[in-house]
Amino acid sequence: MTSPTAFPTTFIASGRQGPAARAATRSIQAATLILLLAAGIGPLYWMIKGAVSPPAQTVAHPLAVWPGQARFANFSTAFHELGIGHYLLNTLIVVSGSWAVQLFVSVTAGFALSVLRPRFGKVVYAMILATMFVPYTVNLVSLFLTIIDVPIIHVDLADTYWALWLPAGASAFTVLLAKQFFDSLPRELFDAAHVDGCSTRHLLTKIVLPMSRPVLAVISLLAVTHSWKEFVWPLVALTDPTKQPISVALSQLSGQAPQDQLIAAMVMAAAPPIVVFAVFQRQIVAGLGFTGVKG
Amino acid sequence: MSLLTQNRPPTASRRRPLAGLAARRRGLETRRQIAGWLFLLPALVIFGLFAWWPIVRGFTLAFQRTNLVDPAQWVGFDNFRAVLDDPLAATAVKNTAIYVGLALAIGFPAPLILASVMSTVRRGAGLYRFLVYLPVVIPPTVAILLWKWFYDPGSGLFNSLLGKVGLGPYPWLDSPHTALASLVLESTWAGMGGAVLIYLAAMAGIPGELYEAAEMDGSGVWRRIWHVMLPQLRPVIGLLLLVQLISTIQVFTEPYLFTGGGPQNATMTVLLLIFRYAFQNGEYGQAAALTTLMVLTLAVLSAVYLRATRSWSRT
Repeated sequence: MTSPTAFPTTFIASGRQGPAARAATRSIQAATLILLLAAGIGPLYWMIKGAVSPPAQTVAHPLAVWPGQARFANFSTAFHELGIGHYLLNTLIVVSGSWAVQLFVSVTAGFALSVLRPRFGKVVYAMILATMFVPYTVNLVSLFLTIIDVPIIHVDLADTYWALWLPAGASAFTVLLAKQFFDSLPRELFDAAHVDGCSTRHLLTKIVLPMSRPVLAVISLLAVTHSWKEFVWPLVALTDPTKQPISVALSQLSGQAPQDQLIAAMVMAAAPPIVVFAVFQRQIVAGLGFTGVKG
Repeated sequence: MSLLTQNRPPTASRRRPLAGLAARRRGLETRRQIAGWLFLLPALVIFGLFAWWPIVRGFTLAFQRTNLVDPAQWVGFDNFRAVLDDPLAATAVKNTAIYVGLALAIGFPAPLILASVMSTVRRGAGLYRFLVYLPVVIPPTVAILLWKWFYDPGSGLFNSLLGKVGLGPYPWLDSPHTALASLVLESTWAGMGGAVLIYLAAMAGIPGELYEAAEMDGSGVWRRIWHVMLPQLRPVIGLLLLVQLISTIQVFTEPYLFTGGGPQNATMTVLLLIFRYAFQNGEYGQAAALTTLMVLTLAVLSAVYLRATRSWSRT
């Protein structure tokens, strides 16, 4: 992983460009920045503006850059009357449960497959990896039939958060990340722990996990992002409107709520992930390189 | 409980009788096996119930008729016949193919070009990266509802802006001719950031000596891009192409929220039709049959990809 401050040599090579070529490079870079500002900040600004402008004004002057009289009351109306606060809380419940299950399953499976290596472990690993080719959105229908009558225990998980939490654990990619990371740890360390009479549980919690912070961060990041953005599965699994996360609730509200309040609600739904991204930008960008280049 | 019983130092056990040692070793090995399977148990339960079983269930369901109340009946290939006879299924396959084609035509070269430009940036590289990834973190529901408002033919942002320079008004989502392209435009905007960052990381990993050597041989910028950078990026390009293909084939949220499949079924996609079969018509068997056909398509595409990359790595 290269740090953002080290400049790798690019196709510009030595950088000994003539004045014309340098001007061309500069203007392409500047044009790209303007494009990215328009595409990245533009829609967000327009959304915030739409949330504080009276609807009549938005229709009469769609291109007004500044709202005539900003009305921040829309945010509190959306939060209380449209129940956005409640839906955000639901999302938080969904995200934290999915994260916990996915992290637990990926770490225990990665530890078993990489360090303990039981007989036929390779077969299990191959079967886990095979599920990567059948993404569960494709298996929507049979997954739904599974959660309304779970095999063996015969319980109905529909309209409970377990229906979202448990399937989130079946993520082959994060099992792969955990196993590959544990594979890279020195095995002599496990030998030493064994000589010192360390139990298997302590080997995981006291030795392997403290050394695995980068991969735990990447798995957490992937788990949280995925469940925050999830739309189709909660739509199918949670039909009780009081339990739905914000992503599903917004789609139900569109068409019912007044437009300016709906847009205020959208701002509140987008704000938490944007704030998290702004704070952890560096780690997130590094994590993506981690998954992409090594994958 | 111990792990690496095979590597026990021989001195520790030499004092014991051989038979006892063998028995002790077997005991430790058994405990290691038990520990291994114990730690594998969460994955076995979760993957068993929510990944492997639904795959098997989906396949058997394709040959059954069920209303979820009475026991399911075996109906042979009836579900597949019903799907293949449904003109809407043909429309959905055609639309999905056009969607994937458009998404690749726009969404495949764009991140590569953006990343190339961004790789040359020295000052403010972090700002570029922040901006390019920003749309990715916006939840899809918010992004789609926002663009739906932008696409509004009357007072929407796009027609108002284009009207200023004398273009339009365009119908966007309201016309069967432009609806699908409008969905592609939004999903490219929403999904491009991840690919750009992965390309950037891969570009940073190309040894600078390669460019310098090419420069000394007198090759210009375009030749260095074409003959040095792109060949070096080939594995990443191939991987991202496959990932994009597989994810765009499953397009659901965009047509569901933007248009509901309209106008005149112009945005009816395969996954939307599966959803409609199952959760609106209650035809779970037909939904499973269409799913099975889709899984087979994905499997063929993945196999073609694996074969292609194997022959690439040989050349």
